[in-house]
Amino acid sequence: MKRPSFGAICLALIPFLAICFSVSAWDRIYPMILGLPFNFFWLLLWIVLTSVCMWGVYCVEAPRIAEEERCRQNESRPE
Amino acid sequence: MTPTAIALAIIVFIVVLGSIIGFYAGTRHKMSLEQWTVGGRGFGWLLMWLLMAGETYTTFSFLGASGWAYSRGGPALYILAYINLAYVISFFILPPIWEMGRAHGLQTQPDFFLARYRSKHLAAFVALVGVIFMIPYLQLQLTGLGIIVEVASFGGMGRTRAMVIGVALFAGFVFVSGVRAVAWVSVLKDFLMLFAAVSVGIYVPHLYFGGIGPMFAELARTKPAHLVMPGATSNLGHTWYITTVLLTAFGGYMWPHSFGATFTAKSADTLRRNAVVMPLYTITLAFIFFIGFAAFLVLPGLANGDLSLLTLVRQALPPWMLGVVGGAGALTAMVPAAILVLTASTLFAKNLCRPIFAPRMTDDQVARLARMMVVALSLISLYFAVYSSTTLVSLLLLGYAGVTQFFPGVALGLFWKRVTMAGVFAGMIAGVACTAFLVLSKRDPFGGMNAGFIALCLNSVVAVLVSLFSPVKTGTLMENFSSSAPGNP
Repeated sequence: MKRPSFGAICLALIPFLAICFSVSAWDRIYPMILGLPFNFFWLLLWIVLTSVCMWGVYCVEAPRIAEEERCRQNESRPE
Repeated sequence: MTPTAIALAIIVFIVVLGSIIGFYAGTRHKMSLEQWTVGGRGFGWLLMWLLMAGETYTTFSFLGASGWAYSRGGPALYILAYINLAYVISFFILPPIWEMGRAHGLQTQPDFFLARYRSKHLAAFVALVGVIFMIPYLQLQLTGLGIIVEVASFGGMGRTRAMVIGVALFAGFVFVSGVRAVAWVSVLKDFLMLFAAVSVGIYVPHLYFGGIGPMFAELARTKPAHLVMPGATSNLGHTWYITTVLLTAFGGYMWPHSFGATFTAKSADTLRRNAVVMPLYTITLAFIFFIGFAAFLVLPGLANGDLSLLTLVRQALPPWMLGVVGGAGALTAMVPAAILVLTASTLFAKNLCRPIFAPRMTDDQVARLARMMVVALSLISLYFAVYSSTTLVSLLLLGYAGVTQFFPGVALGLFWKRVTMAGVFAGMIAGVACTAFLVLSKRDPFGGMNAGFIALCLNSVVAVLVSLFSPVKTGTLMENFSSSAPGNP
């Protein structure tokens, strides 16, 4: 199985950095934004941004996968 | 009509409507094992989305998320984080799993291990561990169902009776229609759940505090410690958060039923698109947190935090709305229970019983046995739910950490050619044993870290080391894969 590209992995790591590893930096109440405590707001914001990141990953990976598919079909045709 | 009658009538209507949809879902398809377990591999993005949303949002998200916000506060945020990150991981692992599934006709998680590592004993072990952890999870759904119906009907229908009726209905539609029923009942369930969560999540804070903003302002003024980690707990701090989010994000698709759902997809691209869109659905959970936080201020001192959502709804909203919430909650228990019982039955029949005891069984006989097992497993978990057993509660604590121990075997199997059966088997045993020891001896969290995460690290290290020192079996599936993949000699 072909491994995902470097770019895709970097993009997918962004949500992990923002949501998981950086918790000490954003786990606080103030400033409150849109009436929400900061940690709550930050997570909800990153739910949306995770989707954006994954869309980026999709755009990076889709052409590679399509090419792989094409190669596989070409290979199997002569049989 | 009395409030009890109104609420109960609406709950019954919703549950019966859902069950009819479930029974009807499979009637146009001849139910072979392939059709029953993986829907003939024909689910497009919408059905796939519904199935995955259906099994992610269980009674745990309904009662548990509000319960955590109520009784623990800040640490509850891990739920929002891990579901989101589980989808990120799914983008990378589900499509190759699906490709393997199509190439080799896989239907279950142990099938994957059998195809990749060519060991029926490893596959049977995976099946056994999966079933052991799924039964308490199933029992949890039933207990949740009983609680929801009892509270939402003002005690009009008792817990046990509600569980018996619920079990009869979902076991029935799974028996008849298989995985298609689960996906289609999810349509009604997700729609109602969305409506109930958003409307209650907005209305309740508005009623008591004049809005979500004023509610949090009040919390920040009176109980600021409840809003950040470790909240009302003493040991759920930032280290715990990071390790738990990682563990549960890796483990999200390691539950046998979530893993198996992969094979229902029509194409690998369906799964990738799903991973892009699914995170957005997590936003609905935020409204459930609002309800939990509101209950913390309005109804302090409840003995069981898991009841905070329903108790508050019962106090604040008219009976018909309580009925809608109760009905949605009942379906939220029945849909995951249905896929759990379907998967556990298939694992038992196909991956445990046939290879070990009766290698000559035909596919049709396996399908028949699996459907019989639906009835048997439903009754067993009903028994456990009625006479709730403490053993099961401890198994449940183990569940998530336990199934996550499959992750190294799956991920290494997909992306590392050198991994061996011996390595994966040894790692998995080390991981499961380590989890069981730490959790059952009450050492979780261990040194601030989630015990399952420690076990997962141990598991990975053992798997890699043993793999490096054991010979790769010739003719394993990976070679067949690599030789056909472009770019590899």
